[in-house]
Amino acid sequence: MKIAVCIKRVPEMDVKFRIAASGTAVDETGLKFDMSDFDGYAVEFALQLTERLGAGEVVVISLGPDAVQETLRKALSMGAARAVQLKVDSIPADGFAIAQALAAELKDGGYDLVLFGKHAADSASGAVGLMTAELSGLPMVHACTKLTIEDGKGTARREVEGGAEIVSFPLPAAASIDEGIARPRYPSLKGIMAAKKKPMDVKPAQLGAARLAITKMELPPERQAGRIIGEGAAAVPELVRLLREEAKVL
Amino acid sequence: MPSTSDFYDIDSVLSEEERAIRDSVRRWVDERVLPIIGDCYVQGRFPKELVPEMAALGVFGANLPEQYGCAGLNNVSYGLIMQELERGDSGVRSFASVQGALVMYPIFAFGSEAQKTAWLPKMASGEVIGCFGLTEPDFGSNPAGMITMAREQADGTWILNGAKMWITNGSTARVAVVWAKTNGDTDASSIRGFLVPTDAKGFSARDQKGKLSLRASDTSELVFSDVHLPADAILPGSGGLKSPLMCLTQARFGISWGAVGAAMACFEEAASYAKNRVMFDRPIGGFQIQQQRLAGMLTGIVQGQLLSLHLGRLKDAGTMTPQQVSLAKRSNVSMATDVAREARRLLGAVGVLAEYASMRHMANLESVYTYEGTHDVHSLVLGQAITGLSAFS
Ligand SMILES: Cc1cc2nc3c(=O)[nH]c(=O)nc-3n(C[C@H](O)[C@H](O)[C@H](O)COP(=O)(O)OP(=O)(O)OC[C@H]3O[C@@H](n4cnc5c(N)ncnc54)[C@H](O)[C@@H]3O)c2cc1C
Repeated sequence: MKIAVCIKRVPEMDVKFRIAASGTAVDETGLKFDMSDFDGYAVEFALQLTERLGAGEVVVISLGPDAVQETLRKALSMGAARAVQLKVDSIPADGFAIAQALAAELKDGGYDLVLFGKHAADSASGAVGLMTAELSGLPMVHACTKLTIEDGKGTARREVEGGAEIVSFPLPAAASIDEGIARPRYPSLKGIMAAKKKPMDVKPAQLGAARLAITKMELPPERQAGRIIGEGAAAVPELVRLLREEAKVL
Repeated sequence: MPSTSDFYDIDSVLSEEERAIRDSVRRWVDERVLPIIGDCYVQGRFPKELVPEMAALGVFGANLPEQYGCAGLNNVSYGLIMQELERGDSGVRSFASVQGALVMYPIFAFGSEAQKTAWLPKMASGEVIGCFGLTEPDFGSNPAGMITMAREQADGTWILNGAKMWITNGSTARVAVVWAKTNGDTDASSIRGFLVPTDAKGFSARDQKGKLSLRASDTSELVFSDVHLPADAILPGSGGLKSPLMCLTQARFGISWGAVGAAMACFEEAASYAKNRVMFDRPIGGFQIQQQRLAGMLTGIVQGQLLSLHLGRLKDAGTMTPQQVSLAKRSNVSMATDVAREARRLLGAVGVLAEYASMRHMANLESVYTYEGTHDVHSLVLGQAITGLSAFS
């Protein structure tokens, strides 16, 4: 079982973001970066799968500037066998340009399974995995909350409005991973030291032409302070009146 | 504005591996230690269930070589691990300090090759827990006066008699590194280290009840009555008080980092509370008194971080001296006791609850202030370094 996991380096989300002077990007000063959450679940799932099978190889791929090597090494420290950096100066906003570069890299890799996170924690477009699979001619299941791979076939569970969908597909295939599949392991200290010695291929990314560009970024408007209208049951009629007449939500 | 969790951007002078190691242990502490440690503290229980996880991470003896099953990290990485563990609780860090710096280190430094291969991999994997017995009921700051005695028999085996007190991990351990004088000689130069299996006949350990500090840590009294030890129980390379003091230098190095971690936890708790607790219609963090309090805490923490980091670089360069370690242990632990107390006070009434960390750290740090050479004893070490005059003799 040869598995590729495409991972993205993203800013850690628990901070207040500022917009850079260009007005079209986030100001990165002082930000800390890490692997996107869903990508971490995908790496963990791939590692568990090859460990269970006792055979196979997990290869991690990331497109971006040299800083993504740190994110790739994190996946190596968790247990991935090797890493590929598709080098660009900066990550384009157009997922289709990225998908073309990923598809070009995956083409002759002989992968049985290509995994993505459901979406990247920063851009949240959720498109790159789907487009890469399409360009690669692979069946693709988006946002799996369960995934089983057996005898050259896969079965996935997807949460849909009011229920779940169970999908089956032949390998090779692609899938993107939702929460709940696997909690990423803690990279062990030995794993972190070993990661330095694992192979890391650096190649120029064969980006497609970008057809989308970000023209403006905005922060959400400041929220108004809340108002306390009273306490206990006595305040309920007034609350209901305000929800109806002022907030117009009832 | 720089983030208050790394106000001096120390991350920028750490290597990628050092940061990765810190982050992995940090996440483990956040997810596995913090949710349970308040209850453990109240129950007076060391969370033994976490030992296999710490071993899997590789924290035990992490700066010892890979050939013995250890992670082979540099000393800055080791220090960062101690910082993160103590951000959780001083008891958890104490466990790791004892296992790594006070038991694995002497086996590594003074043990035979057979002892190293027999014990170190099992201790790195957490299969064997160790403890370190130096302090005695009547000899604390003055371990040279110890009366525990090992007598060599005609066949080369040993008989051990005596008692040790305040021994971290004492009731949990499978092996104790016990320091004893030998062959009736009362001179400190006869002190040697022995590997004592805790299931040996005549060995007993008793939990020391009633601690109001380090409650999530096992502290026990050890008694040896005619404990018969094989000839190879002695650590052949050990000799004189210098040997246990070398172990303490290793552990104190880690403590200087650990104390900073405890202070960071208290500061974060206090800063967050100050921004959210509204009194007199505004967050208490908006009042000058609390701002001054927080500014003092942050200053102490940054100074401590820089001190430990530089000490770690000196240790990695092989030039660190025990006096430098004394200064860092003394300064950082004292700083942390102050930060914890100020945090506790800023929190008001909730600050006395186990649900908040500051008072737990405050109480823990009183043990840290006292063990591994009391604050006062380190003053005397520094005093001697400054004046050339020893206060001890
Ligand atoms: C929770 C905990 C865990 C511990 N774990 C271990 C362990 O694992 N292994 C181990 O061997 N020990 C351990 N210890 C023991 C610890 O190292 C000793 O408590 C410490 O060395 C101080 O000894 P003492 O308590 O006998 O105090 P004393 O030496 O009696 O000191 C009492 C007071 O006198 C002061 N004092 C002493 N000498 C002088 C002097 N010359 N000049 C001025 N003032 C002086 C001290 O600073 C202190 O304030 C632990 C202690 C605690 C509290």
